[in-house]
Amino acid sequence: MRSSQDPVWRFLLPSFVFVCVFSLYPILDSFRLSFYRMILTLPWLGQKFVGWENYRDLVTDPVALGSLATSMIFVAVTTPIEVLLGLAMALVLNESFRGRGWLRAVVLVPWAVPTVVASQMWRFVFNDRYGLFNYLLFGDATDRYWAPLAEPGLALMSIMVADIWKTSSFAALIILAGLQVIPRELYEAASIDGANAWQKFRHVTLPLVKPALLLALLFRTIDALKVFDLVFVMTQGGPADTTNVLQFYGYKKSFAEGMIGYGSAIAVVVFLISLLLSIVYIRLLGTGLMGKEGRA
Amino acid sequence: MRKIAFAGCAVAIGALSLLPFLWFVLTSWKNATEISAIPPVIMPSFHWDNYRSAIEQYGLLHYIANSAIVASATTLISIVIAALAAFALARFKLPWGRFYLMLLLALSMFPQIAIAGPVWRLLSALGWLNSYHGIVAAYISLSLPFAVWVLTTFFQQLPYDIEEAALIDGCTRWQALRLVVLPLAAPGLFTAAILVFIYAWNEFFFALIILTYPARQTLPVGIALFPGEYTMPWGDIAAASTIATLPLVALTLMFQRRIVQGLSAGAVKG
Repeated sequence: MRSSQDPVWRFLLPSFVFVCVFSLYPILDSFRLSFYRMILTLPWLGQKFVGWENYRDLVTDPVALGSLATSMIFVAVTTPIEVLLGLAMALVLNESFRGRGWLRAVVLVPWAVPTVVASQMWRFVFNDRYGLFNYLLFGDATDRYWAPLAEPGLALMSIMVADIWKTSSFAALIILAGLQVIPRELYEAASIDGANAWQKFRHVTLPLVKPALLLALLFRTIDALKVFDLVFVMTQGGPADTTNVLQFYGYKKSFAEGMIGYGSAIAVVVFLISLLLSIVYIRLLGTGLMGKEGRA
Repeated sequence: MRKIAFAGCAVAIGALSLLPFLWFVLTSWKNATEISAIPPVIMPSFHWDNYRSAIEQYGLLHYIANSAIVASATTLISIVIAALAAFALARFKLPWGRFYLMLLLALSMFPQIAIAGPVWRLLSALGWLNSYHGIVAAYISLSLPFAVWVLTTFFQQLPYDIEEAALIDGCTRWQALRLVVLPLAAPGLFTAAILVFIYAWNEFFFALIILTYPARQTLPVGIALFPGEYTMPWGDIAAASTIATLPLVALTLMFQRRIVQGLSAGAVKG
């Protein structure tokens, strides 16, 4: 074999270089920057080392704490709904019926629509004067119309609705892949034993689809923590910071206000939360996730 | 009875998936009166003024061109680099191969904000802000983890014997990849390419911070920053949104099976 002439590392080098320069180094640099005070667009003003000051400010900043709570509520509400809807969709799509191919394609439409487009679309639906939402709720009584995106209680819910519409189909795809590997014989055996539809679902489907459910939950949680586009377009974090999720607050501090040190402290917190979540979930899934894929 | 309930569920799923977007598409053909009418006008008068004004007043074609350039360049380069890595990871027993895949998986889960500041500073130092190569470089590294995972899965499923014979006959690894593996892996490469293209076409966060000159901005940035303070030009926004989404919906409907396969095979988000 002449393979020694082109060693394996050469095939991995290009991807490794990109990953190091644009992912690994930036994460480390975020940690470093979070201990400094500096203006993003005015680097020549210098960077002042301030130790833990940004973090001390962070835990006493009511907006930051509210932002953390908002992100947690967003994740806690949307992900279970998305996974449950995804399961329901996957169960339907796993049956064989006429037009199934079409339905599978149609279900992918929300996933394929750019998030920014989905944001504008739902912003239009939630419009305070002629939005479809108001018409469906109040009909012609325009004097009773709400402004969902300007009401502190409703704005976050509106964004949740948009997120659930946009991403449930992704959860459905992952769960569907899990359903498809359940052997038919198990259902036949259950039928012979006299199990009804609910018992089959409870005792055959559910235990076997559990890894896929957890996987969908993992991806949705991590992704929901990153919600940005919907907030940027629909509410800009308002009204009164009620939709100011962590990723948006970090963006605002770092890029709109240029406070890159403080913004990096927020970034580090978001990073640590999602790292913690990934570890917890991967532990939960155990070797199931990796073993099933059969990776090298 | 059960059949009717099932059909009802299927129809509801289809309707909820499709109708909200369809409503927006119909809006793109409505005039201002129809858009603000109560009760809502369902069928528009099908006029094209919104498309004309989106193109003429808001420079929609520039945004489309920028998106097409950025998404195509990202797809092309990312797939080549990912194919090289996936070939090595799928075919050779590497002591740290599994670790590298796990690292990529971890990277794909990181929130964008965790790297946004340093990436901005890096591109700024290179003078690459507001440039195609700047945004493409960022997109390549962001799409690589996903592309490598999907392609590694595909490569592992290919038969190994032809390649082994080629290697024993004195082929280099490079020749084995080029002459044996790539032709067989064409469907997998195509699937990964579609998914990377969709990612790059839709990406908003990094486009927003890296591309601040309207002349360089991509479609999502253009649509998100659509001007309008008190009265939003909903017809124009809907027209621009329809144009931005059409290629993706077409791709999805055409290659539905491949996309589903790619997403669930990689089981990494796209």
